[in-house]
Amino acid sequence: MNTQSNAMPESPRDSQINDSQVIAPAVISTTRPLYWSVRRELWENRSIYIAPLAVAALILFGFLISTIHLPDKMRAAAALNPMQQHELIEQPYNFAALLIMGTTFIVGVFYCLDALHGERRDRSILLWKSLPVSDLTTVLSKASIPLMVLPLLTFAIIVATQWIMLLLSTAVLLGSGRSVATLWTQLSLFQMWLMLLYHLLAVHALYYAPFYGWLLLVSGWARRAAFLWAGLPLLAIGVVEKIAFNTSHFADMLGSRFSGGAEAGAVTAPGSVLMHPLTLLTLGKFLSSPGLWIGLAVFAAFLAAAVRLRRYQGPI
Amino acid sequence: MACIEARGLRKAFGTTIALDGVNLRVEEGRILGLIGPNGAGKTTALNAILGLTPYQGELNVLGRDPWTARDQLMRDVCFIADVAVLPRWMRVSQALDYVAGVHPRFDRAKAEGFLAKTTIRRASKVRELSKGMVTQLHLALVMAIDAKLLVLDEPTLGLDILYRKQFYDSLLNDYFDRSRTIVVTTHQVEEIQHVLTDVMFINRGRIVFDCSMEELESRYLEVMVHPEQVAAARALKPMHERQMLGRSILLFDRVDRQQLAGLFADPGDLRTPSIADLFVAVIGDQVGQAQGAVR
Repeated sequence: MNTQSNAMPESPRDSQINDSQVIAPAVISTTRPLYWSVRRELWENRSIYIAPLAVAALILFGFLISTIHLPDKMRAAAALNPMQQHELIEQPYNFAALLIMGTTFIVGVFYCLDALHGERRDRSILLWKSLPVSDLTTVLSKASIPLMVLPLLTFAIIVATQWIMLLLSTAVLLGSGRSVATLWTQLSLFQMWLMLLYHLLAVHALYYAPFYGWLLLVSGWARRAAFLWAGLPLLAIGVVEKIAFNTSHFADMLGSRFSGGAEAGAVTAPGSVLMHPLTLLTLGKFLSSPGLWIGLAVFAAFLAAAVRLRRYQGPI
Repeated sequence: MACIEARGLRKAFGTTIALDGVNLRVEEGRILGLIGPNGAGKTTALNAILGLTPYQGELNVLGRDPWTARDQLMRDVCFIADVAVLPRWMRVSQALDYVAGVHPRFDRAKAEGFLAKTTIRRASKVRELSKGMVTQLHLALVMAIDAKLLVLDEPTLGLDILYRKQFYDSLLNDYFDRSRTIVVTTHQVEEIQHVLTDVMFINRGRIVFDCSMEELESRYLEVMVHPEQVAAARALKPMHERQMLGRSILLFDRVDRQQLAGLFADPGDLRTPSIADLFVAVIGDQVGQAQGAVR
């Protein structure tokens, strides 16, 4: 830079350029491209929030119709013991949470499979690569969608949905002149939300991370049919293992990973009752489990490979 | 300091050699036209310069190695690839927001100013714009970036003549100054001849012709002669000869202007060849369909 301005000191443009060079690094920090890249992903993939919102709306619509029977249901509940009451009342709330979580999981899978494939297919990779955003930043922004954006969004939508469900029930019960005491005492929403947040962050973000990493890698590598490339190699490994050794460790491993693993999943499965201190206990156990850290290491390896791949790749 | 400097640049795709030891040097403040037939290695050369493809040999762009430092290099380099690459889902306002968000040298007001001269609306999606408008939008984004090097790979492909003319006019009037460098490849050579300061021909992965426009004007001379004068003209060793309307057109490199003018009196028959004519003379013999390529 200096040799340049020395070579042409008479040009006023040069000093101007040098000024902006000095200012530039301060203006754009390293996180700014990441922030804007994540926003760009949300602009492009509106299904990330539209799909769970649509499912939430559907749930609320169904729930609204079901409130016709709510006074009768509460009357029937009064005859049950507290444990059964609790289950009966919580049931629609858990179902709503499960449905929304399932939706965002599917959205996350399809998002990842398209993330590094779509930009090559529509040639827009040439535009993204013409801007000062590194491949690492781009891949990280794409990985942050299933690992951060989706879990937090899922949490917010479930909380809002369950809250509206509770308000609807309360309004209906009050309207029919019944007491809301049973509903409010048996429905421990805050505890459910705490469990939900833990489940989303521990299982959907951290424990599933290698799945998402694998999907991102495949989407960056496959020229077409990314969905098949994501599934078939896993199937092939399982089949070869079965034929060669008559064992199914690989399939078991995938299955246990998918079900959330012993530490993270079993105790936090939706619907299970868990007290506050126990959650912290599980958290400690979860964080010290080798399964989590092995998974995260595998995820990091997949991500590094995806970054490297993107560097070499142009439009397809 | 040279803006772009390449020595022995090589790149092979399997057994196909795309770049076969390219040496080139582009000084700051030049507008270089890189002309070549299809498959000559133009895009590969540009991709190497832009850090989009690995290569063998030495390459230095604005003091950086493009392959290892693409993201830093892109603060000072802009490029428009051969066809519109703006994603179809994007809104015009989002494109402005995004570039403003990630590019430290982007002047949003300037881009808005360029867009105000067009009929492009902020709320439109790229898919709703015509091809010409997409190019206008991309050019507005790029011209609002205070870059040192602008690379254009067939920027006007598929545009009608009005958009093409407007494209180069705004590039020259609103963007170019002596501190910037532009490298452009195109098949529409005639349209950019007056824009260029330098021209290079690339063929089969090699730079086969490298000349500034001033040099081109002083070195090369074309003369149209009647059949009876052809023998005398040929004695001066023309580099190329073609027929037109029953007369021969001979192209000379470094010939004595006075001598030629003395021999073939009519001054209207002496002229500086166009880049297209030179291209045919230099590359036409090597490539059968070279004429098709310069169209």
